[in-house]
Amino acid sequence: MNPAGFSEQMRRAWAIAKKDIRIYYFKGPVLIFGVFMPLFLFLAFFMGSRQLPLSFLISGLVGMTLFFTATAVSPAIFPWEGQAKTLERLASCPITIEAIVFGDMIASILFGIGITIITVIIGLALGLSLLHGILLLAAIFIAAFCFSAIGMLLAVPPTNVPSNIMMLSSLIKFPMVFISGIFIPLEQMPPWGLALAVCSPLTYFTDIVRYAFTETHYFPVLIDIAALAVFTLIFTVGTMYLHKRTMPQRM
Amino acid sequence: MTAVIHASDLTKIFGKSTAVDHVSFEVQKGEIFGFLGPNGAGKTTTTRMLTGVIPLDAGTATILGYDIRSEPVQAKQRFGVVPETSNAYTDLTACQNLMLMGELYGLPRARAEKRSSDLLGMVGLLERKDQKVQAYSKGMKQRLILAMALIHEPELLFLDEPTSGLDVQSTQMILSLLRDLNQQGTTIFLTTHNMEEANRLCHRVGIIRAGKIVAIDAPEKLKTAIDRVHKIEVSFDREIPGDTLAGLSGVITATRTGDKWQITADNRDTAIRSLVTFSEQNSATIVTLNTLAPSLDDAFLRLTQEAQP
Repeated sequence: MNPAGFSEQMRRAWAIAKKDIRIYYFKGPVLIFGVFMPLFLFLAFFMGSRQLPLSFLISGLVGMTLFFTATAVSPAIFPWEGQAKTLERLASCPITIEAIVFGDMIASILFGIGITIITVIIGLALGLSLLHGILLLAAIFIAAFCFSAIGMLLAVPPTNVPSNIMMLSSLIKFPMVFISGIFIPLEQMPPWGLALAVCSPLTYFTDIVRYAFTETHYFPVLIDIAALAVFTLIFTVGTMYLHKRTMPQRM
Repeated sequence: MTAVIHASDLTKIFGKSTAVDHVSFEVQKGEIFGFLGPNGAGKTTTTRMLTGVIPLDAGTATILGYDIRSEPVQAKQRFGVVPETSNAYTDLTACQNLMLMGELYGLPRARAEKRSSDLLGMVGLLERKDQKVQAYSKGMKQRLILAMALIHEPELLFLDEPTSGLDVQSTQMILSLLRDLNQQGTTIFLTTHNMEEANRLCHRVGIIRAGKIVAIDAPEKLKTAIDRVHKIEVSFDREIPGDTLAGLSGVITATRTGDKWQITADNRDTAIRSLVTFSEQNSATIVTLNTLAPSLDDAFLRLTQEAQP
């Protein structure tokens, strides 16, 4: 067995993910920021925007749910573990920082996918028809990967106070929701809004969800998928590189 | 003998302060090496560098033949760590913590289960294996941490103040386990404040002060090396004049302390022989005769004070 080999490190990353699932899925802040926050935000817009069709709002809800859930677990793990000194335990184990980060991302991805699928089922139960199911599943998977990497990026500042990271996280996540075509269709956005929208990976995911439910979209589907993939790659490589630099400062 | 830890010019700088300043030493296979020093001397920082938790600013550290900077995973695979603060996952049970460690060290599931059960039995936690760690006492947490560090049967064990603040029962259990492990061939690197613990357990000790190594030797050698003047305590069954004792061969001074005489001697053997001869010649029965060797505490205080800037 080569402990530093890729397959062995992947096995260990999976062990990290299982640990995260056991410990962090039911923590208060994760449920508040990951489940209740998008639900209440949706309900607020649902009540106040009766002129928007349900298919548009449900598509937005699916996008927002995946974004909030996949970014709810990952930012909090490092500060929590730094505070409890369990991060030092992991740092002394034969696992690379990249594998620890990837393990945390897997836990985040699974949380995001699980809750988002429930939202899709709610949409179907409300009478929406799913026209491109496989495309939607693929997009959910790539976007969950991308959003969990964003969550890990938010945890890069080497603070061991979870509330600091949650605050920073909210500061970045909420504006992203409003510029990503969830509540305001991209077609109705001013040019500056559109310029911001193209910088957000959530825009491309929401566009795919809308296409999957209604067959209408703003960008070509291939562009949406490619943009999500590029964002995923950049954020994943970036978060691993930055955590490697900041990890010793947490000890 | 083979060096399992080879530290050369280890240096760590935090801001403007040099926490560890060109520290070099070796720990041989099968040894229990004690790393002693006052608070803030650099013991934990050195341990953290050796275990790959924090990076080295300068120098090299080779652990079991692997450079901790370039091959950290290979090195970590072969040693275990018991850190200063208990860091088991309190939301998991003891058994889940051990299984997690098993997975992180790449143990097959069946092997991890067997080791977990054996280790929990060894540290007296088998009956509470399915209880969350948050309900454990400090001693129980520390015993669990030791079990977690042993899950993969490491050749080398790093322990940072493993008995600090523990009750007597947990302390004795941990020290006894460490002795057993060492007898089975595990090399032990032990950071401690407890001189008695180091004296009883360690084959060699290194003393660090203000980030610099001030002495490395066997505890007994360190004790004798610090004091060239030996002390002997003697009492007789009748009054003896002090100047008579002070005039005996090998005796430098004789000072009365209660009903005893404290003798300083440049040669302990000569002084004791003189006292016995004096006792026989003067029909003065020796009631007590003790040699007062300097303790490791004395050696530690002397060495750390001498090195004070």
